[in-house]
Amino acid sequence: MKGGNLKVGLFVPCYVDQFYPQVAIATLQLLEKLGVEVVYPPTQTCCGQPMANSGFAHLTGGCNELVTRAFLGLDYIVCPSGSCTLHLKEHLHSDTLPSAADHIRGRIYELTEFLVDVLHVEKLDAYFPHKVGVHQSCHGQRGLHLSQMTELVAPVFSKPGKLLNMVEGLELVELDRTDECCGFGGTFCVAEEAVSVKMGKDRVADHLKHGATYITGADMSCLMHMEGILRRARSPVQVKHIAEILNQAR
Amino acid sequence: MSESFWAPGATHAELAEAFNQNEARVNWHDETLWWVRQKRDRMARSVPEWELLRETASQIKEQVLSSLSEYLEQFEAQATLNGVQVHWATDADEHNRIVHGILKEHGVDRMVKSKSMLTEECHLNEYLKEQGIDVVDTDLGERIVQLAGEPPSHIVLPCIHWKKEEIGELFHQHLGTPKGNADPPFLTHAARLALRKEFLARRVAITGVNFAIAETGEFVVCTNEGNADMGAHLSDVHIACMGIEKLLPLREHLGVFLRLLTRSATGQPITTYSSHFRKPRPGQQMHIVLVDNGRSQQLSSDDFRGSLKCIRCAACMNTCPVYRRSGGHSYHTAIAGPIGSILAPNLDRKQYADLPFASTLCGSCSNVCPVKIDIHVQLYKWRQVLVKDGYVAVGKKLSIEAMNYTLSHPGLYRFGGKVGRWFMRTMPWLVNNRLNPWYKQRDMPTPTKQSFGEWYKANRP
Ligand code: SF4
Repeated sequence: MKGGNLKVGLFVPCYVDQFYPQVAIATLQLLEKLGVEVVYPPTQTCCGQPMANSGFAHLTGGCNELVTRAFLGLDYIVCPSGSCTLHLKEHLHSDTLPSAADHIRGRIYELTEFLVDVLHVEKLDAYFPHKVGVHQSCHGQRGLHLSQMTELVAPVFSKPGKLLNMVEGLELVELDRTDECCGFGGTFCVAEEAVSVKMGKDRVADHLKHGATYITGADMSCLMHMEGILRRARSPVQVKHIAEILNQAR
Repeated sequence: MSESFWAPGATHAELAEAFNQNEARVNWHDETLWWVRQKRDRMARSVPEWELLRETASQIKEQVLSSLSEYLEQFEAQATLNGVQVHWATDADEHNRIVHGILKEHGVDRMVKSKSMLTEECHLNEYLKEQGIDVVDTDLGERIVQLAGEPPSHIVLPCIHWKKEEIGELFHQHLGTPKGNADPPFLTHAARLALRKEFLARRVAITGVNFAIAETGEFVVCTNEGNADMGAHLSDVHIACMGIEKLLPLREHLGVFLRLLTRSATGQPITTYSSHFRKPRPGQQMHIVLVDNGRSQQLSSDDFRGSLKCIRCAACMNTCPVYRRSGGHSYHTAIAGPIGSILAPNLDRKQYADLPFASTLCGSCSNVCPVKIDIHVQLYKWRQVLVKDGYVAVGKKLSIEAMNYTLSHPGLYRFGGKVGRWFMRTMPWLVNNRLNPWYKQRDMPTPTKQSFGEWYKANRP
């Protein structure tokens, strides 16, 4: 654990800013606890992914410029979303400040990979005495390799899993399908409502079947989708972003 | 049948919604294909060098595509030396006319066909039917959908959407099996007996091609039922139809591809029959029809060329969480699933503009693909192309533009947030009413009093 002297910019996904501020607060507090100096540039809005994944990447110039200017000259950029991180890593560019955009692309980290790969966190002062199921969001997993993918013949690992295992009292539940997509998929969730909901219901059912009382993950968008399904079914099971759990002290 | 099977203009989302009316059936379809995916996983894990094999296969195919015309010429020369007649077809129509021409020359009005996705792609059955020629599909799954008057819903398991009880009923109607008998071995045997008569009576057999070898001019057909061999061996004329991308440079490359194909497809180590055809036996004619049908165009595109590496194993379908829950027919094209969604727009952008959007871009397809096609990346790229070309609904365009406008202006974004979480108005899916597709089966997130931006301003001055 060595956060000292690092200056990190916090990138907060637009829907987290608006609907799940507690996730961004937990991310900020967690990083600060680990000794990192965090700044939140107020001019940021969105990574541009909602447009780009809908086929409108050509409209994302405005978002790209905002991100590039907001995070100029920072050591690292940390974001509590695998999906937004992946999008910026793969697609951020700037016509006015091309090298600044390059720098950000190479320096942006999803929260759990930052904790594991940069801060080398080995222990956490966190307490969460519950049975927790982990949802592996696809972009974080298959895009950023936050954990091994079941399709590949390769050694198993999980960065979110490693961190959750440091939380006192927390019991991880095994799932039948460890890395199946939940069906959120951005605009897919409304354009393909029937399949999206069915995928979400099936994912939630897997967690319930194994006795999870919380579903966590590194992407609030997937959790928002599953939360919508849980609430409609009046289930007592809740979703919590991984930052909230890791930041939960006794 | 394939074209007329679907209502004109029906989209994947609509067809998928219809499929989802019967949730028990969706569960069954999903679980059946997931079981195949798990078999594939076990088989892949039994080969320690699996990932190296995939990489090798990918590189061999890249090599083929980079010099395709040379390999095609070499293949044609070798096949011709072997006594095979080679034909070239620019498109589906020419392919169908060539096949029909051969049949006419032999005065034949009935023939047997083993599984070939290329002939599905070209709608050969319908074409020949119009010419008064009777085609009998000899692959059991294909025969089932043929009797039912449907196109296949899966490229390896054509009738995967049919339950055994339904097949029992279909056979009762068409083959006279006893009503209510749904015993798979019994039904398979009944189909075999009926097909045997067809095999004996038909003088022409069509097969597909899994791999064609430039070095030797031979081709390999993989089946589990041996029906390709039975057809080819009993016929006077064997016609093999293949897309021009099916080539491998050397025979030894089969050592890579035969190991990958069936493990990826059905989780078997190899197909029961991997039949090599090189030259016609004395007195027999052998024809090969090489079909382009949009492939050259695909080849010329840096973004989409890789889709031609496909060996049609269907692993991407079995793993696709959308395919498993929407059924093959929801893709309204001969080749369904993730690979179909990147192939079809190349043939007709307007008709298939919906398919690249029928995905969450989860990326599982690219991970199982034995030739490492970056399927989900191509889906993303197709979306960009289709939007730029104007194949997207006006309403969607307007809402995305509005959303983008707000997100490009921090002042507006903050202001919008303050007056009550602008998402509720701007993001098309977050409107709290019954017309909102989000709300139909899901609750909305609870609105918060303070955005993170506002909290930060108040707490970290
Ligand atoms: S794209 Fe890959 S996984 Fe899908 S059918 Fe083709 S070879 Fe198989």
